[in-house]
Amino acid sequence: MSWFLALPIAIPFVAAVAAFLARGYRVGRWISIVGALAHLLSAILLISVVSAEGILAGQMGTWPAPFGITLVADNLSAGMVGVTAVIGLAVAIYALADIDERLENLGYHALYNVLIAGVTGAFLTGDLFNLYVWFEVMLIASFGLLVLGGDREQIDGGIKYVALNLVSTVMFLTGVGLLYGQTGTLNMADLALATENVDQGLLTVIAMMFMVAFGVKAAVFPLFFWLPASYHTPAFSVSAVFAGLLTKVGVYSLIRMFTLVFDHDLGFTQPVLLWVAALTMITGVLGAASQTDFRKILSFHIVSQIGYMVLGLALLTPLAVAGAVFYLIHHIIVKANLFLIAGVADRIGGSTCLSKVGGLYASAPLLAALFLVPAFSLAGFPPLSGFWAKYLLVKASLDVGAWVIAGVALVVGLLTIYSMTKIWGAVFWTPHPEGREPSLKQLDPALRRAYLVSIGGLAGLTVLIGLVPQPLLTFSEVAAEQLLDPGAYIDAVLGEVR
Amino acid sequence: MSAAASSDAPGNGWTGIAPVLLSAALFAWFLSLGPQVAAGETLRLAVPWVPSLGLELAFAIDGLALAFALMISGIGIAVMLHAHFYLRGDRHFGRFLLFMMSFMLSMLGLVLADDLILLFVFWELTTITSYLLIGYGHDSAKSRRSALQALFVTGAGGLAFLAGAILIGIATGSTSISELLAGDGLTDHALYLPILILVLAGAFTKSAQYPFHFWLPNAMAAPTPVSAFLHSATMVKAGVYLMARLHPALSGTDVWFWALTIAGAVTAVLASLLALRQTDLKQALAYTTLMALGTLTLLLGQSTGYAITAFATFLIVHALYKAALFLLVANIDHGTGTRDATLLGGLGRAMPFTALAAMLSALSMAGLPPFLGFIGKELMYAGVENAPTWPEFIGASLVLANALMVAVAAVVAFKPFWRPPGGPLPAEPHEAPWGMWAGPLVLAILATVLGIFPAVVQSLVVTPTVDSLLQDPAEAKELKLWAGVNLALILSGVTVGLGLLIYLLHQPLRRMIARIDEATFSLDGNWDRFLDGLIGLATWQTRVLQNGRLKSYMSITFLTLLVAMAAPMIVYGVWEIPTSLDAPNWIEAAIVLLILAGIALVILTSSRIAAIAGLGVVGVSVALVFIINGAPDVAITQLLVETLVVVLVAVAMLRLPFLTPERRPATDALLALGVGTVVTLTLFAVLAAPIDRRLTDFFELASYTEAYGRNIVNVILVDFRALDTFGEIAVVAVAALSAVALLRGVRGGGK
Repeated sequence: MSWFLALPIAIPFVAAVAAFLARGYRVGRWISIVGALAHLLSAILLISVVSAEGILAGQMGTWPAPFGITLVADNLSAGMVGVTAVIGLAVAIYALADIDERLENLGYHALYNVLIAGVTGAFLTGDLFNLYVWFEVMLIASFGLLVLGGDREQIDGGIKYVALNLVSTVMFLTGVGLLYGQTGTLNMADLALATENVDQGLLTVIAMMFMVAFGVKAAVFPLFFWLPASYHTPAFSVSAVFAGLLTKVGVYSLIRMFTLVFDHDLGFTQPVLLWVAALTMITGVLGAASQTDFRKILSFHIVSQIGYMVLGLALLTPLAVAGAVFYLIHHIIVKANLFLIAGVADRIGGSTCLSKVGGLYASAPLLAALFLVPAFSLAGFPPLSGFWAKYLLVKASLDVGAWVIAGVALVVGLLTIYSMTKIWGAVFWTPHPEGREPSLKQLDPALRRAYLVSIGGLAGLTVLIGLVPQPLLTFSEVAAEQLLDPGAYIDAVLGEVR
Repeated sequence: MSAAASSDAPGNGWTGIAPVLLSAALFAWFLSLGPQVAAGETLRLAVPWVPSLGLELAFAIDGLALAFALMISGIGIAVMLHAHFYLRGDRHFGRFLLFMMSFMLSMLGLVLADDLILLFVFWELTTITSYLLIGYGHDSAKSRRSALQALFVTGAGGLAFLAGAILIGIATGSTSISELLAGDGLTDHALYLPILILVLAGAFTKSAQYPFHFWLPNAMAAPTPVSAFLHSATMVKAGVYLMARLHPALSGTDVWFWALTIAGAVTAVLASLLALRQTDLKQALAYTTLMALGTLTLLLGQSTGYAITAFATFLIVHALYKAALFLLVANIDHGTGTRDATLLGGLGRAMPFTALAAMLSALSMAGLPPFLGFIGKELMYAGVENAPTWPEFIGASLVLANALMVAVAAVVAFKPFWRPPGGPLPAEPHEAPWGMWAGPLVLAILATVLGIFPAVVQSLVVTPTVDSLLQDPAEAKELKLWAGVNLALILSGVTVGLGLLIYLLHQPLRRMIARIDEATFSLDGNWDRFLDGLIGLATWQTRVLQNGRLKSYMSITFLTLLVAMAAPMIVYGVWEIPTSLDAPNWIEAAIVLLILAGIALVILTSSRIAAIAGLGVVGVSVALVFIINGAPDVAITQLLVETLVVVLVAVAMLRLPFLTPERRPATDALLALGVGTVVTLTLFAVLAAPIDRRLTDFFELASYTEAYGRNIVNVILVDFRALDTFGEIAVVAVAALSAVALLRGVRGGGK
C-alpha cells in the first residue's frame, strides 16, 4: 500500500528532473503541467483510499517503525496533499502566461517541482527528522524561486527570508536533537507513546522550542517578519504558491505535533497558542490596513489568517480543530488565487501599487468578478468558503465561552473586508491614473486562457465549497476526530510492534 | 420627449424588461399564496444543506414573511420598470440589472429564510449587492466612500448579528427560526442579554437607527432606482424585519422596550428635523426614510395589538409612498436637471403624471384621509393610549415626527409642482417617459384605493403579520378610516396643523436647523477621522514591527525563543545540572576553545572573508568532534562540505564591499547569552535522564544481519533512513541550481 503514499512525493521529483534536463526548451512548462496533473491524480487516489480505509501508513524500505522512516496519511495529511496538488496544477497553468523564457532557462520548472515535492513530503512523513529534511528541501527550493531572476528587491527580500527561516530550521533541528535525547525515537507515533514516560516539565520546554520553530514557518506573531519582507518580490506564480502553501506547512506541523506529541500540558500550551492566535490575527490585519501595494496587503493577510488556524488548534475542541482544517484548505485556495489575480492586474494594469493602477472594473469585468469571489471569501462573507471557515471557528469559540477571541475573530473579519475593498476601490473602481482602459482583451489569447483557467478554476472551487460545504466539512470533522484521538494514527504506524 | 426617452433607443434593448417580468411573476405568486397564509397556515420548504451544523435550506412563508415578500416583489416591478428607462444607454446597465436582481432575490431569501444562519447568508448578500450598487458611479470618490461606509457599518452589524445567531443556537440547540418561535422564548435565558444586544446591533445598523444612521443618507450616491428600492423600501427594512421576526422570542422585557423605544423615537424625531434641513429632494427623502425606520422600531418596542397593527400598516404605507416619491424625484431630476428644492417650482403643467403621482403619494405620507397613510397614523396614535409605559414620550415623539412629515411632504411633492420656481432651471422641464411615471402612479393609486378599502390590506397583510408577531390574529385591530372622534383623531388634527405651520416657516427653520447641525458633533464627519485613526494605528504598529531591519527581526525571533523556553523552565523548575558528567579532557577542551575562537572572530571582525574563515574554524572543530567520537566518515563529509562552503562563499563575498564596523549593543550579547543558557540548560536536563537505546540497539543488530553493511552510519544513511538522504541530495542539487541561477540571473539582470 505504501506506493500510494510515495507516489505524490515521487511524481514531482521525476517532473523536476525532467524539467531540469529540458530547461532551455519550451517543453519544460508542459512537463510541469503533466507532472502537476499526475500529482493531482495521485493525491485524489490517496484521498479516496484514506477516506475509504482510514489512516494509511507505509514503511519506507520496509524497515518497521520506528526504525525506518514512515509515511502516514490521515485525513489532514491527505487533504493537505490534495490541496497542494490543486494549487500546484493551477499555478503550473498560470505559469504558462506568467513565467518568461529567461526564468525558465534559469531552471524555474525544476525548482517549482522540487518545492511541490518538499511540501508534499512534509505533509506525508511520519518521522520528525524526515520532516526536518522536507523543510530544508522546501526552504532551498523556495529560496531559489524567490531570488530567481535576481533583481535587487528580490535579493533583499530573499536574504531576510532565508536568514529567518534558517534560524527556524536550526531551532527545529536542535529541538529534534533534544527530543531524541529525551525519548530515543524520531517516529512521531512512537514519540506520542514515548513522551508519556518522560519528565513532563522538560517536555514542555522542548515543546515550546518547536512552537517557536514552527511559529516562524507559520508566520505567527511575533515571528512573521520574513513573510511581508519577501512575498511581494518574486514572480506572481511564485508568490501565489508560497502564499498558498509555505506557511501552511508550519501550521500543519504545529497541528500535528501539538495534537500527537505535545498534548501533555494543555494548561500551558493552549493559552499560549490562544494569545498567539489573537495577536497574529490583529497585527496581521492591521499590517494589511497600512499597506498600499496589492501584494503587500495580501501578504499581511496571510499572517492575519494564520491566526484563525492557530485559534482552531488553541481551542482544541472537535469543532475547532475541524474548523482549523477547513480553514487551512479554504485559505490555500483563496489566497493563492488572490496573488494570481494580482499578477493579471499587474500585467494589464501596469502595476501592483494601488495608486498606479485602476479602471479594471470598467474594462475588465470578468477579472473584477473573479476578484470578488476570493476577496469576499477571504473576508468571510457567505455563501463563500471563507464564511464556513470563520463560522466554525467563531462558533467553536462561543461554544466554550471564549467571548473575547470570538469578538477578535469577527472584528478581524471586518477589517479584512476593509482591506479587500481598499484593493477593490483602487484597482477596480477608481479610473486608471493614466486614463488607460486595461482589458483582458489586450492579452494574447493563449495567455488569457492560461490566466482564466487557473483563476477561474480556483474561484469555482471557492464557490463550490461555499455552496456545498458538507463534503469538505465531513472530511475536516473526520480529520479532527483522528487528530484529537491519535490512537488510530499510532496503531496505523506502529501496528506491528505494539 | 427627448431622444433618450424613446422606447427603441440604443443600449438597453429589452433586457431591462426581464427583471420587470420576473418581479411581476414573483409578485403574482406571492399574491396567490395570500389566502392560505391569511388562513393562518405557514408554508414550509426545507432541503438538507449542512447536516453536521444542523443547517437546512429552510424557507417559511407566514404573514410577516409574505408581507415583506409582496412588498419586495411589488415595489420591484415599479423600480425595475423605472430603471429600464432611467438608465437607458448606461454603459454598465447589464451589471446594474445583475446586481439589482441579485439583490431582490437575496432580499426575498432573507425574509423567507427559516433559519437564522441562512437568514444571515442572505443578509450579507444584500450588504454586498448594496455595496456594489452604492458604488455604481464608481468614478466618483464620493460614491466609493459612501459604498465603503455602508459596507463597513452594516457589515459590522452583520457580524454582531452572526454572533447573536450563534448564541441563540447555543442557547436553544438550534438555529431554526420556526423552532425558536415555537419555543418558550429566550427572555429567561442566561444568554438573553448578550443575544439581544448582538441582534439589535445588527438590526440597528442595517435599519440605520441612531447613532448608526449616518451611512444611509450617504448611500444616496447610488442611482435613484437603487435608493428607492434598497435604501428606502426594502433592504434597510431588513433590520426591522429581524426585530419583528424575533419579536415573539425576544420582546416583552424592559430592555427590549427601552432600547427600541428610545432608539426609534430619537431616530424618528432627529431624522425628520434633518429631513427639513435638506434642500436636495433626494436627501430629504433619505431622512424621511430614517424617520420611518425609527417609527417602525418604536412600534416594535411594544407588544400591544395597536402598536403591532400600526407597525404592519405603516410598513406597507411607507413602502408605497416612499418608493413612489423616490422614483418621482428621479423624474424631476431627469426632467429639469436638478433636485434642488430652492430652485424647483411650476412643474405641474410640464410634468402632469409625475405631479399627480407625487400629489397622491405625498398626501399618504402626510397621513391625510382617505389615504392608507392616514389609517396607519391613526393606529399609531391609538397605540399611544395603550402604551405600557411613558405614553407621553411616545405620543410626543410620534406627533412631532409626523408633523414634520407633513411639512416635508409639502416641500417634496407640492412646492416643486405648484409654487413658482425659485430660480432658473438647468433644463426646460419635460415629462419623463411612461415607464418612469407609470409605476409610481400605480403605487400612489394603490395608496389611495387601499385607504378607501382597507379590508384588502387587513386580510392579506396586516392580520397575518400581527399573527406572526403576537401569535394571535385576534390581536389585530381593524383598519378603518372613521373610528369616531377619539384621541387619535385629535392628535391627527394637531399633527396636520403643526405640519402646515412648519411648512409655512420651513425656510427660516431650515436655516436654523442647518446652523445647529453644522455646529454639532457629526458621526459622518468623524467617519473619516475614524478611518484615518485606524490607518494611523496600523501604520504605527507596522513601522514598529515590520521595520525592514533584519537585525531587529532576528533579535525579536531569538527573544521570543528565549521567553518561550524560559517560562516553562521557570514554572517547572527545569534546571538540574547533571553531576554525572565527566570533566572534559584536554582534547575536548581544546576543541571548545577553538570553536569559541572561531565565533569570536566572526563577531568581532569587519572583514567578510575573515568572518567566513571564522565560521570555517567552527565547522572544522565540529568535524574534530566527530573524529574523537569514532565517526571518521562523517567527519570527512563535514570537512568537505565546510571547505566547499568557505570557498564558495568567499568567492561570492569578494564582490561585496567591506562591512561598515558597527557597535553591537550589549543587549545583543545578553540575548545571545540568554538563548545559549536556556538551550544548554535544556540539554543538561535531557542528559540527566538515561537515553533510550532502542533505535541504536536495533541498528547495531540489524545493520549487518539484515541490511548487510558493516558501517552502521552508512547503513543508516543509505538504507534505514534513505529517504532523508534522498531529500538531502535534493537540497544540495537545488542549492547548486539556485546558486547558478542567482549568479547568472544577476549577471543577466545587470546588463
